[in-house]
Amino acid sequence: MWMEIGTINDIPKLGARVVESAAGDIAVFRTADDEIFALYDRCPHKGGALSQGIVHGKAVACPLHNWNIDLNTGDVLGPDNGCARTVAVSLNGDVIRLQMPDVKTQDFKAQDLKATGTNG
Amino acid sequence: MKEKLVVIGNGMAGMRTVEEILKHDAERFDITVFGAEPRENYNRIMLSPVLSGEKSYEDIIINTREWYIENDITLFAGDPVTVIDRDAKTVTSARGETFAYDKLLLATGSDPFIIPVPGTDLEGVVTFRDLDDVNRMLDAAKKGRNAVVIGGGLLGLEAAVGLKANGMDVTVVHLMDTLMERQLDEAAGYLLASELKNRGLDVRTKANTKAILGSEKVTGLELDDGTVIDADLVVMAVGIKPNVTLARQAELDIARGVLVDDQMQTSDSDIFAVGECVEHRGATYGLVAPLYEMGKVLAEHLVGGNGVAYQGSVTSTKLKVTGVDVFSAGDFSGGEGADDIVFRDASRGVYKRIVVRDNKIEGAVLYGDAKDGAWYFQLMKDDTDISELRDTIVFGQAYAGGVQADPSAAVAALADDAEICGCNGISKGDIVTAITENGLSTLEEVKAHTKASASCGGCSGLVEQVLALTLGDEYEVQTVKPMCGCTSHSHDDVRRLIVAKDMKSIPEVLQELEWSTPDGCPSCRPALNYYLLCAHPGEYVDDSQSRFINERAHANIQKDGTFSVVPRMWGGMTSADELRAIADVVDKYDIPAVKVTGGQRLDLFGVEKKDLPGVWADLNAAGMVSGHAYGKSLRTVKTCAGSQWCRFGTQDAIEMGIALEQMAWGSWTPHKFKMAVSGCPRNCAEATIKDFGVVAVDSGYELHVGGNGGIEVRVTDYLCTVETEEEVLEYCGAYMQLYREEGRYLERTAPWVERVGLDHIKAHVVEDAEKRAGLYKRFIASQEALQEDPWAERARGGKDKHEFTPLKVVA
Repeated sequence: MWMEIGTINDIPKLGARVVESAAGDIAVFRTADDEIFALYDRCPHKGGALSQGIVHGKAVACPLHNWNIDLNTGDVLGPDNGCARTVAVSLNGDVIRLQMPDVKTQDFKAQDLKATGTNG
Repeated sequence: MKEKLVVIGNGMAGMRTVEEILKHDAERFDITVFGAEPRENYNRIMLSPVLSGEKSYEDIIINTREWYIENDITLFAGDPVTVIDRDAKTVTSARGETFAYDKLLLATGSDPFIIPVPGTDLEGVVTFRDLDDVNRMLDAAKKGRNAVVIGGGLLGLEAAVGLKANGMDVTVVHLMDTLMERQLDEAAGYLLASELKNRGLDVRTKANTKAILGSEKVTGLELDDGTVIDADLVVMAVGIKPNVTLARQAELDIARGVLVDDQMQTSDSDIFAVGECVEHRGATYGLVAPLYEMGKVLAEHLVGGNGVAYQGSVTSTKLKVTGVDVFSAGDFSGGEGADDIVFRDASRGVYKRIVVRDNKIEGAVLYGDAKDGAWYFQLMKDDTDISELRDTIVFGQAYAGGVQADPSAAVAALADDAEICGCNGISKGDIVTAITENGLSTLEEVKAHTKASASCGGCSGLVEQVLALTLGDEYEVQTVKPMCGCTSHSHDDVRRLIVAKDMKSIPEVLQELEWSTPDGCPSCRPALNYYLLCAHPGEYVDDSQSRFINERAHANIQKDGTFSVVPRMWGGMTSADELRAIADVVDKYDIPAVKVTGGQRLDLFGVEKKDLPGVWADLNAAGMVSGHAYGKSLRTVKTCAGSQWCRFGTQDAIEMGIALEQMAWGSWTPHKFKMAVSGCPRNCAEATIKDFGVVAVDSGYELHVGGNGGIEVRVTDYLCTVETEEEVLEYCGAYMQLYREEGRYLERTAPWVERVGLDHIKAHVVEDAEKRAGLYKRFIASQEALQEDPWAERARGGKDKHEFTPLKVVA
């Protein structure tokens, strides 16, 4: 299901914002040349919030341990291995739409996404 | 009794001759030097980088005052000789010093050529010859906007690029239709002009100056076609002429220059001349290599060498403009019987032309890729028959004879007499001999022993290759470490260039310094953001997208994505009101954990990001501000009870700590910065493992620097003892500013102090009151822009609202 979630101006260049959904947080990124990408807000390493990382080129560095994630494919770049889940995005004029996951048909539970502990 | 040698001219030619004499026989002469400039001997060809800000004057000094003393040379700097009395064999200086000589050396150099048009005596019209000229230009660049450089030769273009680097709008006015027409052919001149236009210079060829306009101060320049160009500064760089004033007064034979024979002897057998002032076999020279060759010959002749003769020089030229690679040598006019071998790559902007006559290289022009210049120059000087190489010669040495494109293979293939350093005429064999005989292992040592790469520095890469080849595995390459994978520049280079080129934003730095990535990486962007912020306090607009999340959100991210919040507790003091407010915040926002930190404050753990502005608003309401526990910034100032309470306390540690924290809070530093104040030598505040520690004693305060209690524990170095609280503040501010200006991003003070040395810090902070005051002033000035509570700006001010709210919440 495609859903309008905001405009490109809502996200700073080389920055990210979060869409909170039943399937977990989705990080929406904007690059220097105004491309938009979306990933589940969860680093494949230790579950760090990718939305909080530094965006550079078409990649984001996770704020916890500096793993670099390809925004286009979700693949971990460099020596580390793993893959963050991508979400399909469309940019029509200024308007950003995401293909929102249907929670029921997902092969994972929303609960898994919150499973990294809360420090009490 | 030693023979008396008097040298007139303290420049490159005169002093090189003296160095050569000392090398052969240090006891031979009693040497006296007169120089017109009031300073030591410096490398005049490096004035361009001084103008552009890439080097400082100190970097280009060749012989320091100590060198003159060590070698027993009497130097009269700033006191030119005005009279030579050949009958009495004496010279007399402007201040009236009269000295007898047995041998006299004229090394008076050259004067800039002044074109005969009206207005050359106006204020704001300068030449480009010495350090005073450079200072005049730098001064003009601060006041004015528009500069015109007359002359599109080597010197004029270096001046133009230097002035542009200082922020001026620069027009180059050149009489001929090609820039650097004596060194470049039309094609290379065209490429150079396009490159300079791309860099924002206005280049006008075939432009003849008619008059310099203005009444007292220069206001513009008029060309003979009537065009008027506005100017606050006019630089005359159309050429040089030998300075023969003294020689003429002494009635020596002169033509264009002072006439000398192959032993550099003038028409008077006791008077010799070297450098730009001479004319030898009909030629005059304005480049450094021939001057050094003359000096070498003369020195050998003076110490009794037989049969040495100067044969004239074949010269080559390189333009010293960062990022423009130009080389030329020999005659490239071509003509009957000459063949051109030409290589062009328009998209890369590469042009190479080799002029061949009778299978020998007659001249070469390289633009855009000049790394093979030295090789072509050598083939040319040696008259090498290149018929075997002809098919591939234009691709350079790496492809000649099927040698691999490996730079060290190319250097290995060079013959022993191949020249490595063109400025100083040092061959590969000279360098290898110096390395093996003296056990040299670094570029600096080779530079000191042989002078190779000591002048323009263009051959330092080649010298390193020779070192590597000679020493094999023992050689450790001492190359500078680049900041990150996006650039070949080191941290120090980038900082220097940000200041020198007055760069104001990250995109500007990435563009100007030719970053290899479109927008940097998580390693260089935060560093650049800090360097720019430090260079332009109050002016630079902080780029929050180039900060780590902690500094962007003004709180510390935790492993579960929540944040922790540490309010400032000045000098470790708190109150019932503050504690009550903290307790209320903890309840209101359901904050799961509160911990006492090692820095005498409280850390609230597990705060949701969206709650941060609310938490801050409540803490602000109770008078608390950000503790910057998340930043590369001033963290905490730890104190002991001090004389307010403790029976051993000698000074009021709490009050001192609060005063330090109130001065320094909010400042951004290369890495985190922690302080502590102990009220007596029992040192309960552990001040000797802090970045800046104060230990009170009966007579005042001991200051300690460069400590660290982290991964690698380091005890502070003792800096000095001061008497008053005001002095503690001034020394602390000065020290922090020195660290802010010199520390590399993410370098703590402990490794910084070890890198630059405690003496360096003492020299700036302790021993020189003027330097200390300057540093302190700059620190306080930058604090004016930084001491605004980032929490309040975001809590009440609503700054960066996007940071703390989701883009959308989907049910």
